[in-house]
Amino acid sequence: MKYSKLLPTIFITTLLPIAAIAAEDEKIWNNVLKPEYFAGQAIEESDNIIELEAPVRAEDPALVPIKVTSKVKQTKEHYIKKILVLVDNNPFPFVGEFEFTPESGKADIAMRIRVNSNSNIRAIAQINDGKLMMTKKFVKASGGCSAPIGANLDEAMSRLGKIKFRLENEVKAGEPNLVQLMISHPNITGMQMDQVTRFVKKSHFVKDVKVTFNGKPVLTAKTDIAISADPNFRFYFVPEKAGDLKAEVTDTSCELPTKRDVCAKGNTYTETFKVQP
Amino acid sequence: MRILLLFALFMVSVQTTAATVLPVKEITTGVYVHFGKHQFPDSKNHGEIANLGFIVGQKCVAVIDSGGNPEQGLALKQAVTETTQTPICYVINTHVHPDHINGNSAFKAAGVKLVGHHKLARAMSARGSYYLDKAADQLGVKMSAADLIPPDIEVKDSMKLDLGGRTLVLKAHPTAHTDNDLTVYDEKTNTIWLSDLLFTEHVPTLDGSLKGWLSEIDKLEKQSFHYVIPGHGELVTDWPQSMQAQKHYLTLLLTEIRAAIKKGQHLEDAVQTVGYSEKNNWALFDDYHRKNVTTAFAELEWED
Repeated sequence: MKYSKLLPTIFITTLLPIAAIAAEDEKIWNNVLKPEYFAGQAIEESDNIIELEAPVRAEDPALVPIKVTSKVKQTKEHYIKKILVLVDNNPFPFVGEFEFTPESGKADIAMRIRVNSNSNIRAIAQINDGKLMMTKKFVKASGGCSAPIGANLDEAMSRLGKIKFRLENEVKAGEPNLVQLMISHPNITGMQMDQVTRFVKKSHFVKDVKVTFNGKPVLTAKTDIAISADPNFRFYFVPEKAGDLKAEVTDTSCELPTKRDVCAKGNTYTETFKVQP
Repeated sequence: MRILLLFALFMVSVQTTAATVLPVKEITTGVYVHFGKHQFPDSKNHGEIANLGFIVGQKCVAVIDSGGNPEQGLALKQAVTETTQTPICYVINTHVHPDHINGNSAFKAAGVKLVGHHKLARAMSARGSYYLDKAADQLGVKMSAADLIPPDIEVKDSMKLDLGGRTLVLKAHPTAHTDNDLTVYDEKTNTIWLSDLLFTEHVPTLDGSLKGWLSEIDKLEKQSFHYVIPGHGELVTDWPQSMQAQKHYLTLLLTEIRAAIKKGQHLEDAVQTVGYSEKNNWALFDDYHRKNVTTAFAELEWED
């Protein structure tokens, strides 16, 4: 008797706030992002195809490591074509769009991103049959004194365009091998308060990353200001024999930090890395 | 009885309208310091956590760091007024972090010049809107762009400020704790205000360059000072002894992160493994250590 009276109260007091927060969390997605990127399309929410790893708290808002792991093999018949990454509550939510091929071996992608405030981070995978699968993680904003820009942008600027490949292990022929791509670039957001200092600096960020192995695409990405300074990506490639990993990185500079209609043609930086399985 | 009650009410209202005076301690002739508590900035302390203070000359007072919010700035200004009739000529910002500069607007007056590193204005501009959001969200402090005031005087390398009968030597450092660290040396008492180039008890926080910070420490270690004032922590009178804990922590980060990178570890692994032997030696370790490893890792992975 006592329990039946108590239970509804517990339900109301504990569930309501959570439901309210959850609704709030989905607002930007439902009202802005979904219509913008997937108008009229069905998206299944599940961890069956891809999973997202992210820290519970963004220790450093300028450098939050996240990782999308795929749970299916890339084959000609069935493969992940694209993964879109968004941070709902960032001033410019689009982080990047990563395209894979059957030759990618495994459609995994790890990167470091800027997270401005408490937010859902989402990854949406598009399968070659057109199906869309979404997974998400809630990340708490960092406190303290750091800001989501980067600690030493002058240093990144002085190395501008320097690119490094790092192979994780000894290369095995015919298998997916993990590789890290490091790009030195300040990835300036352009979001400063000019009215305070009259200091005007436009955004300046990496917008295209193309990685090929012996001329065949491995990873093709469109990226934006939510990628941390010195963009860093980890992904797989399948070398059948010895050859060249090549990165082609293009940047741009846009007039307004959150609009992409007026942008200057940037520079392209390249790096080639010999691979010997 | 009623009169007594009215009188009591009157006293209460007088109490609440009187400006708060920030407690300060005169550590040596004319050098006054308010020592902050080792707390994570939040809505309870409103970001009032840093060491602040002022140095009094015959003609001028120089305030060093303005506080974690405009109200704390006013309380610090009140402490100056209660201490001396000498006017405030300078407000020196030691770097961009909110606990040191959020009180700037409290000092706005004719004849008061703000002084900072030549990269401070840029950092304020780049971080300003984010810091204002954080002030509202996390510190429970209402601030606007008008509270973020960039320096009137920028220090490129070093600069002397004459306070009348005592000279302050300001030094703009290469990137260390941040990319806009400024220290204040008082020739008269051989006192150096290192601000956040030095942490004691409170875990150091890295928001610039680990190698740069260690290199500045090396230079400072060779000098001798009677008094050293950290940005967070107690007064140091045994320089460089009390700095060794910080040097050890930062050196350990350098060694262990370099080793982790060499082993092929990723940032997210290093954050879980590096530097934990220091955990019990510092206040607020859990709040800042992983951020320190993150910043240092991103710097060190470009070595070679």
